[in-house]
Amino acid sequence: MIYLIEKFKKEYLGRSIVTVLGIVIILVTLSITGFLFYKGLGTFVTYNHSVWEFLFSSEWKPADNFDGGGKVGAAIFIVGSLLISFLALLIATPFSIASAVFMTEISPKLGKKLLQPAIGIFVGIPSVVYGWVGLTVLVPAIAHVFNLPYGFSVLAGGIVLALMIFPTITSVSVDAIENVDNGYKEASYALGTTRWQYIYKVMLPSATSGILTGVILGLARAFGEALAVAMVIGKMLTFPDNILSATNNMTAEIASDMGNSAQGGEFNDALWSMALLLLIISFIFILIMRIIAKKGEEVK
Amino acid sequence: MKSEHKNAIVADKIATVILYCIAGFFLLLLAGFTAYIIVKGIMAYQPGIFSFERTGIGVELFNTVYLVLISLIISVPIGVGAGIYMAEYAKAGKVTNYLRICIETLSSLPSIVIGLFGYLVFIYMTGSKYNLFAGALAVSILSLPLLTTVTEDAIRAVPSIYKEGSLAVGATHWQTIVQICLPVAMPRIITGIILAAGRGFGEAAALLYTAGMSSNVNPNIWNPFDPMSLLCPFRPGDTLALHIWALKTESMTPNADQIADFSAAVLLVLIFAFSLGSRILGARLDRKMSGK
Repeated sequence: MIYLIEKFKKEYLGRSIVTVLGIVIILVTLSITGFLFYKGLGTFVTYNHSVWEFLFSSEWKPADNFDGGGKVGAAIFIVGSLLISFLALLIATPFSIASAVFMTEISPKLGKKLLQPAIGIFVGIPSVVYGWVGLTVLVPAIAHVFNLPYGFSVLAGGIVLALMIFPTITSVSVDAIENVDNGYKEASYALGTTRWQYIYKVMLPSATSGILTGVILGLARAFGEALAVAMVIGKMLTFPDNILSATNNMTAEIASDMGNSAQGGEFNDALWSMALLLLIISFIFILIMRIIAKKGEEVK
Repeated sequence: MKSEHKNAIVADKIATVILYCIAGFFLLLLAGFTAYIIVKGIMAYQPGIFSFERTGIGVELFNTVYLVLISLIISVPIGVGAGIYMAEYAKAGKVTNYLRICIETLSSLPSIVIGLFGYLVFIYMTGSKYNLFAGALAVSILSLPLLTTVTEDAIRAVPSIYKEGSLAVGATHWQTIVQICLPVAMPRIITGIILAAGRGFGEAAALLYTAGMSSNVNPNIWNPFDPMSLLCPFRPGDTLALHIWALKTESMTPNADQIADFSAAVLLVLIFAFSLGSRILGARLDRKMSGK
């Protein structure tokens, strides 16, 4: 008996506590997803809108009451989110991969001493500060360069987000490149390739799956960013004509209108539906990353 | 053949130069970016800006540190505990796999979504007003995945001979974890905690509808149960990051731009000081723990 009590104190107590804490994390995640589905489906269940209308209609006039009858087409926000995120990806990816190559192959010394800490600093800068600089520097600059009345635009959002996801893609790519078998390098140099030939014919192809994971992570971060984008996007309820026009996106719309709508009303539920869509999109990103990781292992 | 070889060498040189340029460009960009914020902040300085009055940012600065402190008190035990579980007790199986998916999901959720959840559960369902504690809970949820993964990695990195030695002299698994693994893993865990704190300082979207966008306090009340007191966690309170957002979107203050400039600089300095501190502390602890 005494042995059991002793054993309980020395082993089982601690063990149970950390097990419970692990379960707490599962419960938190479950309740977040549960509430998002419960609230987000209200648009379709309580207010009888079709998923088709929500995804593909651009008529956004939800009623801020419990009777419903408004229009909940969120296509403008969805297109806005997609455009800005992919533009950010388009800008950031080449620079990120180039920086990763520089840090691993061209000058590891400078990379470790200067770029690595610099990327750490880039990650630490809060998103509102990015947004604030975007608003005070980038937006006027765009207005000036392109001769526009206002600089609020898809381009401004894309550039701000590109800066924010640059460190993510770079550091994941660095890991991927460092994981490339050193034998590949020795073999290609032995065959007489130049460094550049090795980089783009051998190293980059074999690091592709890791780099892709970084790109998806960056995309996920871009998709979920709210306030920095909200500051420079212009919040116009129209599809953008080109990358210089203002529009709106999902996160900015949620951030600006969640506080002004009655909890449980049609307007509010429509915003929750957008949050649910964001959750589903981040599930999809996780799935894609898992598939890429599996494929990468198979190749090895 | 010869010219082909020559071309390859030229291409190699050009690529090297371009890569150098890109790396240099980013260093310059970062230097310019930070210098811009700091210089703008210094230029916006005015006497009394740190005051606890409406025109100062003293309250916001206090709220930022206070909120992150509360959130760490909540999230560190849970995150570190769950990390220990993942590293030491979790058997490869369905539950563990499920926990891993949960952590991955949590870490990829947009912070605005966590903010909405926090608003619904901590504010609306409890019938309370915006308060710092709800904000701290939301930030805790955001930092849980980071803390868990860092702890798990740190404990897994402990050399197995340490553990084997401890188990061989008759310690239980749990005693081994607490007395051997945790101390050895501590430098990395602390670095992780500081990283989480840094993120908390800059978080805004999750706090919009949990901690609220304004503060109304009387700095002369020291009773922490008085909702006007600075120390009361159950009062609305905006952090520095949120203050920048609020100044930009709905401020009536005439010199909102200057205050925002200054807030951004203070926030940046706070975060830099923290990450620098974590590096120094991490290196020092590492030396102490590894007995060099």
